[in-house]
Amino acid sequence: MSLKETVHFKWYKHLFVLIFLLVCFQGSAWITEAEFSQLFQNSNQMVSFLSRFVHPDFSYLPKLFRPMMKTLQMSLLGTMIGLLFAVPVSFLATTIVTENRLISTISRFLLGLIRTIPTLLLAALLVAIFGIGEATGVLTIAVFTFGMVSQLMFQAIETIDYGPIEAASAVGANKIQIAIWSIAPQILSQFTSYAFYAFEVNVRSSTVLGYVGAGGIGVILNSSMALMNYERVSIIILTILITVAIVDKLSEQVRRSLA
Amino acid sequence: MMIRAMSKKTIISLVLLIILVFLSAINLDYSGLKTLSPSMGMDVLRGLAKPKWDFFYDGSGEDLLSLLLLTIGIACLGTMLATILAIPITLISSTNLWQSYPWVTKVGKFICNVLRAFPELIFALIFVKLVGPGPFAGVMAIGVHQIGMLGKLFTEEMESMDEKLIEEMQAVGANFWQIIFYVRIPYLMPIYSSLALNHFEIAVRSAATLGLVGAGGIGAPLIFAIQTRSWDKVSIILIGVVITVFILDQITGIIRKKLR
Repeated sequence: MSLKETVHFKWYKHLFVLIFLLVCFQGSAWITEAEFSQLFQNSNQMVSFLSRFVHPDFSYLPKLFRPMMKTLQMSLLGTMIGLLFAVPVSFLATTIVTENRLISTISRFLLGLIRTIPTLLLAALLVAIFGIGEATGVLTIAVFTFGMVSQLMFQAIETIDYGPIEAASAVGANKIQIAIWSIAPQILSQFTSYAFYAFEVNVRSSTVLGYVGAGGIGVILNSSMALMNYERVSIIILTILITVAIVDKLSEQVRRSLA
Repeated sequence: MMIRAMSKKTIISLVLLIILVFLSAINLDYSGLKTLSPSMGMDVLRGLAKPKWDFFYDGSGEDLLSLLLLTIGIACLGTMLATILAIPITLISSTNLWQSYPWVTKVGKFICNVLRAFPELIFALIFVKLVGPGPFAGVMAIGVHQIGMLGKLFTEEMESMDEKLIEEMQAVGANFWQIIFYVRIPYLMPIYSSLALNHFEIAVRSAATLGLVGAGGIGAPLIFAIQTRSWDKVSIILIGVVITVFILDQITGIIRKKLR
């Protein structure tokens, strides 16, 4: 780091950025009609909401066990299906394996397209097409995992060591053999780590998928919220938080032991 | 590395995993799929293939263009609020700023973890109840959630920064504020801006979904269109969202590359 990089040099540039950000702030506040005084105006409502919210209805806890298990099962199955499809596509998306710019560009474009659709919108769309239920949730998670993991995977494949590939092709291996024997061993631990990361993210997002009818614990959350049964909402949110925390901790440990 | 080199432990965990997956596959309820029929699927596809272009702009303020702008506005304001509010939290939760009082950092980190643990949708639900449905609820939901995210990332960057630079400054006799202005801010500014931009991108994506619970943006008309099965409208909205997210991805990508 040199002295030229400190705040005082090129101050006019910083000023310009600051003004630009202020304009953005004002513009967004104007568009969204944000009024921060609203937060304080409704303080009595906030108090009544929070006072019920801090008294979770613990008697409801046993009934939450099954939907929570369903949510975990949905994420597990969805993650697995997504991973199965992600592996071949991530190989297709790199020029190292295909040696064909067209195929990899098309695969990358499709992956980018899939990743831009937010999970919940995808769930809402699939619910409308495939009907309400857990199967739709699994499908949503699978598509989401597919987009995320293949992106991470092809970036991992691009950074591998080329030596083993050259060695394998020198002894006459075909492309599939190269993929299995020279590339896969190099990215296996990264792949496992990404798989656990995907599972972690999926558990997080699958808890709210039920909100649009895609099964799991979100279904009860939606109905309790609609009935304004905040004691129940509170215990559901608490259960989600604890489950997500446990899954996070477990997957972090596994990922750390892999690294 | 291949099958021969696998240890017993890996094989056992793999077998366990497969059993678990099978169990969950059997346990789930597939009755929802019964309503699926090929003719309905064709109907959906036909609708999606014909976007309703006159929804793009009609000057009423309820068209695609103004709703997309609103969505971007929600994301922008939410991220800005979060960035501003995350900095004080970073200042409490970085261990290298509180070397003699390590318990202070625990408080800051706890706040971040709690805020981060709630899904955005739940914040949106809560804020819709508190400030009423509308874009402002979306702004608050994104803002509060991102404080946790950004607070954690900012703290990590602060903790991993090069302490040698600070020692050098102390050696030449700089006081606390001089160190902040001459070393910490110039060192961390590009990294923080890059992280904030990345989160702006994520916020646009979630702002598009928060409308599902009445927190403004493009989500509300989309969910109405899906429920009424007007696939031509769904199609144009999805195209709009995808293109917006894609363009913003590219722009922030370019800026972030320059910052590095």
